[in-house]
Amino acid sequence: MTKRQFSMKQILFSSALALGLLLGSVSAMAAEGGVELPSAGVNLRDQASLQRGARLFFNYCVGCHSLKFQRYQRMAEDLGLTEDEVMKNLNFTGAKFGDTVVSHMPEDSAKQWFGKAPPDLSLEVRARTADWVYGYLNSFYLDPSRPVGWNNTVFPNASMPFPLWELQGVQTAVKKPGSEDVEKLELSQPGRMTPAQYQQAARDLTNFLAYVSEPAALQRHAYGIWVILFLALFTLLAYALKKEYWKDVH
Amino acid sequence: MANVFTRMGDWVNERAPGMMPAYRKHMTEYYAPKNFNLWYYFGSLALLVLVNQIVTGIFLTMNYKTSAAEAFASVEYIMRDVEWGWLIRYMHSTGASLFFVVVFLHMFRGLLYGSYKKPRELVWLLGMLIFLVLMAEAFMGYVLPWGNMSFWGAKVIISLFGTIPVIGSTLVEWIMGDYLPADATLNRFFALHVIALPLVLLLLVVLHIAALHEVGSNNPDGVEIKKGPKGNRWDALKPADGIPFHPYYTVKDLVGVGFFLLIAAFIIFFAPTFGGWFLEHDNFIPANNLTTPPLIKPVWYFTPFYAIVRMVPSAFGTAVWGVLAMFGAIAVLFALPWIDVGKVKSIRYRGTGYKVALGLFVFAFFGLGAIGTDITAELIPELFGDVNVTFWENLFGRTMTLIYFGYFVFLWFYTHLGWEKTKPVPERVTTHD
Repeated sequence: MTKRQFSMKQILFSSALALGLLLGSVSAMAAEGGVELPSAGVNLRDQASLQRGARLFFNYCVGCHSLKFQRYQRMAEDLGLTEDEVMKNLNFTGAKFGDTVVSHMPEDSAKQWFGKAPPDLSLEVRARTADWVYGYLNSFYLDPSRPVGWNNTVFPNASMPFPLWELQGVQTAVKKPGSEDVEKLELSQPGRMTPAQYQQAARDLTNFLAYVSEPAALQRHAYGIWVILFLALFTLLAYALKKEYWKDVH
Repeated sequence: MANVFTRMGDWVNERAPGMMPAYRKHMTEYYAPKNFNLWYYFGSLALLVLVNQIVTGIFLTMNYKTSAAEAFASVEYIMRDVEWGWLIRYMHSTGASLFFVVVFLHMFRGLLYGSYKKPRELVWLLGMLIFLVLMAEAFMGYVLPWGNMSFWGAKVIISLFGTIPVIGSTLVEWIMGDYLPADATLNRFFALHVIALPLVLLLLVVLHIAALHEVGSNNPDGVEIKKGPKGNRWDALKPADGIPFHPYYTVKDLVGVGFFLLIAAFIIFFAPTFGGWFLEHDNFIPANNLTTPPLIKPVWYFTPFYAIVRMVPSAFGTAVWGVLAMFGAIAVLFALPWIDVGKVKSIRYRGTGYKVALGLFVFAFFGLGAIGTDITAELIPELFGDVNVTFWENLFGRTMTLIYFGYFVFLWFYTHLGWEKTKPVPERVTTHD
């Protein structure tokens, strides 16, 4: 009697498939944008970071950008904030607690001012990745040739001014010799934060936007481990059952 | 209590006397070869995923809005405001990709062990029809969230029909019901995705299994257990190497289900976008007919076929050849039982030529997938530095396309002209007593 449950060939083929998928996902991750992006280090379990990020968002971003799929109430629950805290400190538009976050900027004027309406940021992290958003927040520089006076190395010629400049300070571009390409950015005028502090602030803001792009991630992570443990137990029992039934098959 | 069940059973039997015999025929007295291996899990897993898609799909339709203006927001509503909506949606989206994983493996099993050969040609044809309908079903489902990749993917795939001479552009308008993918397109795709194609799919699956149970399952040795010795522990007239599908393969498949669900749960709970492969980044941006995504490509499971379109050059003033080649790549699989007429089924006993050819075929399939997903466009400069990427990609892709079709040409000559040197096939399955 020869038992051939897993032959070498089968293992090779399955591994090839797994490897193919893995390689694919790695290269897909590397494919974002033309510039090297530092890791945003998103950590949704860091509630303090999410709260700081929310504060930054509602102080600096909501003037132009909506989060039209994010409800204040849901945010309060997920970020460990009370209704009072959210309504007093974060809600400046007079929206109800159960409403979604809508910027008060009129779309017509926005188009006049910036050429296009500022995008809704509900899904920005899912559309662009967290690393992109983090890199973007770190890559503004002064560019008098642009209508709003700012440019960005991660998203060249974006029509967005840089409201966080008072925190980060002003960066200017160092061009490659004999070229218009930006070699690196230099802090030419310090802001209220040290570079390390600003990087943390950019991380917090990215972290918050990552949360907003998928609030269900908190639930996923909480339930996932139990589902996996249950299925592992189920598979073990199923295997024992199979062994028992197959005892008499030779 | 037991008495109640017996009486209930009798009550049903009196009124539907055909039911128990049918159950026995397909479950407890369907004798499957005892030597199934790893490759034989994927049929039952495909059925499991089909049920998952139908059940989660029903719940999704309860909150999905079939309208170009509301579809995208309704999907986010499901993700955020519907209780467990995120889980249902991820089960559906992950299920779609895993459907193709298990179906590809299931089909490859057929190639490994010659399951398409006589007397199972009809099983293979029905299976191929299922694959075809599944591709249409998946394509239309992908359009429904109305993200930017849904829109542009739909536009590109539908415009493939535009390459057909004379009627092309009219046909494209007829399919979309508009000049662009629009509300009319979304509504008809919804109808097809939710009602028409699932009905066809279910019918085909029933026929696929019915046809299989008429002729009996093949096995890794490719021997016909019905032609072998008779008499097993359950029935003196049934194949000696067969065991009842239920309970033996139901409990065995349950182990496969456990493993499969472990992988599925890991993806659903910890990597639902699978790094942008199962849910693409650009599909988190609402459909916008003015902003093209940086790279329009179909979801991974279509890429080997899509790559063929890209690799076949235009000729005689039309680009229809690539489209024909793409459909041909699927159509030729239908004819496989008549292309490969070798008497030996299983790769275990087939000639070296077959083994090499199948290996190359698999390599070509992955290679075309790499082109379709744009992996080659990134890998070529990384490996070879400053070279003409398009030239090398075309060279590689056209070679892969030739190998893909070459597999079938080779098999025809190899088996019709008797070039194959096979090994002796055992009388019975190799694991018999």
